[in-house]
Amino acid sequence: METRLDQLRGPARAKRHNARTIAALTGNPGCDRRAVLDAAGVDKLKLAERIGFPGEFGQSRFALSRGNAFEAMLKADDCELLRSVLQADAGLGYSDLGADSDDTLSSRHRRTVALLASARAALIDHPLLTLEVAGQTVYLEPDLIAYANRGRLQVVEIKSFAIVDGQAESAKVSAAAVQAAVYVLALRDLLERLGQDPSLVSHEVVLVCPENFSLRPAAVVLDIRKQLSTLRRQLSRLASVGELAAALPDGVTFDLTLEPEQLTGALGHIAARYAPECLSACELSVYCRDESSGSTAALGRSVRESLGGIETVGEVLALADGSREPTEEQSEAAALLRTALRLRSEALS
Amino acid sequence: MSTLTALARAQAAATGHAQPIATVRHLHLHDHPMVLIPLAMAGEANAPLAALAGTDPEKPRLLVVTNPRNRDDRFAFAAELAEVLVPYAESFTTDTEAVPVDRGKDVRHRYTDAPQIWVPNPGGVDFLRLFGRSTRFRSVDGDNPVPPAVPLLGRWLTFFAATAEVPGSSLLLTAVQALGLHWATGQSSAEDAQLGAQLAWIEEGAAAAREAEKGPVAGPATDPDFDNRVLAPLFERGDPALPEVLRELLTPTWDRMWRVFGRLRDLPVGDRVASRWDSDRDAFTAFAQTLAEGGPPQPRRDGAVAAAARLQRLENAASRYSVQRAFDDPLVLAEYRLAGAAFAGVVTLAAPDRIDDSGRRPVLRPRIMVQTAEEVRVEPGTSLTSPARPSQKARVVSVTRVPGGYDVLLELSGGMGRKLVAEPGSVPAAGERLMLTTLSEAYRPGGAFPDPTETPWTHGGPPEPYVPPEILSVEADQQ
Repeated sequence: METRLDQLRGPARAKRHNARTIAALTGNPGCDRRAVLDAAGVDKLKLAERIGFPGEFGQSRFALSRGNAFEAMLKADDCELLRSVLQADAGLGYSDLGADSDDTLSSRHRRTVALLASARAALIDHPLLTLEVAGQTVYLEPDLIAYANRGRLQVVEIKSFAIVDGQAESAKVSAAAVQAAVYVLALRDLLERLGQDPSLVSHEVVLVCPENFSLRPAAVVLDIRKQLSTLRRQLSRLASVGELAAALPDGVTFDLTLEPEQLTGALGHIAARYAPECLSACELSVYCRDESSGSTAALGRSVRESLGGIETVGEVLALADGSREPTEEQSEAAALLRTALRLRSEALS
Repeated sequence: MSTLTALARAQAAATGHAQPIATVRHLHLHDHPMVLIPLAMAGEANAPLAALAGTDPEKPRLLVVTNPRNRDDRFAFAAELAEVLVPYAESFTTDTEAVPVDRGKDVRHRYTDAPQIWVPNPGGVDFLRLFGRSTRFRSVDGDNPVPPAVPLLGRWLTFFAATAEVPGSSLLLTAVQALGLHWATGQSSAEDAQLGAQLAWIEEGAAAAREAEKGPVAGPATDPDFDNRVLAPLFERGDPALPEVLRELLTPTWDRMWRVFGRLRDLPVGDRVASRWDSDRDAFTAFAQTLAEGGPPQPRRDGAVAAAARLQRLENAASRYSVQRAFDDPLVLAEYRLAGAAFAGVVTLAAPDRIDDSGRRPVLRPRIMVQTAEEVRVEPGTSLTSPARPSQKARVVSVTRVPGGYDVLLELSGGMGRKLVAEPGSVPAAGERLMLTTLSEAYRPGGAFPDPTETPWTHGGPPEPYVPPEILSVEADQQ
């Protein structure tokens, strides 16, 4: 199994999952292409470039440096400011499990487990967690602090978007909430494996953001029960990647040294489910958009629904002008489309 | 999305050209609009980077913050923006007209014209709202003084951003939404958010739109790649070329904004657009008067009573806007016909002189029979309106299925004069083609709200009075 996924990736190093990629994966659980490529650790950004459909997924240096400055400020002087914004004891211990390379992942995970198992009151930075995704155990590139307090664990996320008068950009808050849900789920899995009560991990997570137009931090508590249940449901819906990979013909690989035509040929073996939302979430989306041109799904979910769920634009127009006989299940949609076309033509004539 | 608009998108995708979804223009387009294209600094909390602004397409004024992280530079930018925007807004506070109120017993005055600001996209409106928030409470003296124009700008920006939430208001408009109201492209609405691509669909077609996607952004967010490759080195070197680079970045969007106006001007204006602009002028007049009387800046958050009243105004504006658009535009009304909330038919019988004398005094209640081939989903007793006679009500007496459609018997009231004989032409005659809908322009009375000082404890009690910035502890700016 592992070897088949390794074959799919080719000789390149595997890309690791993080909370963001899992959130994106569950954002479109029907997309087999993304599930397989992510499980195999294929660098989708490079793949998209190689086949001539580069996307734009960079991050501005200015945003990065502000984010880093904010985090550094909170963690300066042994996390003095972070402790005060969390209203934690000044004596609360802080340990950073740090970043490291691929080969020490399992040892870092073991240290995480040991720390979390014994923690009563501590801030544990960069714990390395694992999560079952589509039948695979993946390491999560962590960007959280676990806050252990009176036997409870709480996820703390530091984000650099501003909260102005108690309100922040809703897209950013919901992205942070989904990411936090990934961490909570992974922490609960961990406690369960340790034979502890998973509900010790709180469904209330703490978001630490700059307040108003300054860098002064503010902590807000988010209840992420809804995100948790969505995430759980969608993770369970993700088809087993093992089966998908096994069903691929021998020799299919996304080795980036291959010619672009070979790579697009290989992509053709795994079905994608493109939606316009992919453009902001998936590095391969520009290619998938091109591939799905002419489909109603490419116009957006609400358009597709309003068109009665008919697959292609050509079919929609043929049903609307009556040049195509609807199937039994299309008859209702076809009647609506015919009326719509008649009304449109009448109003425009 | 309505099926009609979705169908237009499908047609656009198939033909490679945007398709009209309106036959008239549904917004007021000013003779002298101001275009404002703000750019924000990535990562910062609403720190301005640059703006291109002005009322003359040939003479855009470029405003640049050479060090966006510097507080003084940011407020110098705000002061400069105030120099552009405030005089423009105030230039409309000269001529007034008298408007009768209370059935002509009294008059009030309102300005004969009002400003109109255009930004490229809703992100631009959000930027202005937050910029208004970050400037309107600033103190012009004390420890951290800002130029006097800055808090004034903040209050104007807050006013404009608040009107942008009112459906049908034309004081602050976005090019992306204005185009999306009148044309459907063959791409998703997510992709329409990029002005360059959306306009290219309308002007040239699908291929040009794909090309335009790669072009410069319309702000307020900059492209991360541009930040890293171009902007960061310029900042590091303190390069004097910065303003020219930003001007080059903004100019394509500037040109597009004026081309958008050209497109919109080609459409005939809807009949009811002027009445909505009247409301805009009312709002503008009221705000200008508040400013002139030295009223306090808008609060950070509305109190309970103000919030409830505002919500109701927004709901009323939304329903008025959707009804008016349908009455102004047969293509919009077609959406209601498709949904069964409107139908078109031909008058087959008319009794224009019918008198109902069952009550205390006789009243004129003509009846007409309308035959339609469309699906009729209204019950007897429902009141219908015809866009051609908006002040007349047509009560459904009966709906009878006949071969090829329905016969709808209607009883008319209103809009026929005060006599017992209908004014000529006020009752539809046999043979006339008629549109009937459940939508109505009828006035909706507002709810009664308590005085803010009477806010019940369930709603947080009376709001705290405004504290002027002199006594307010200065919001610490970290940089």
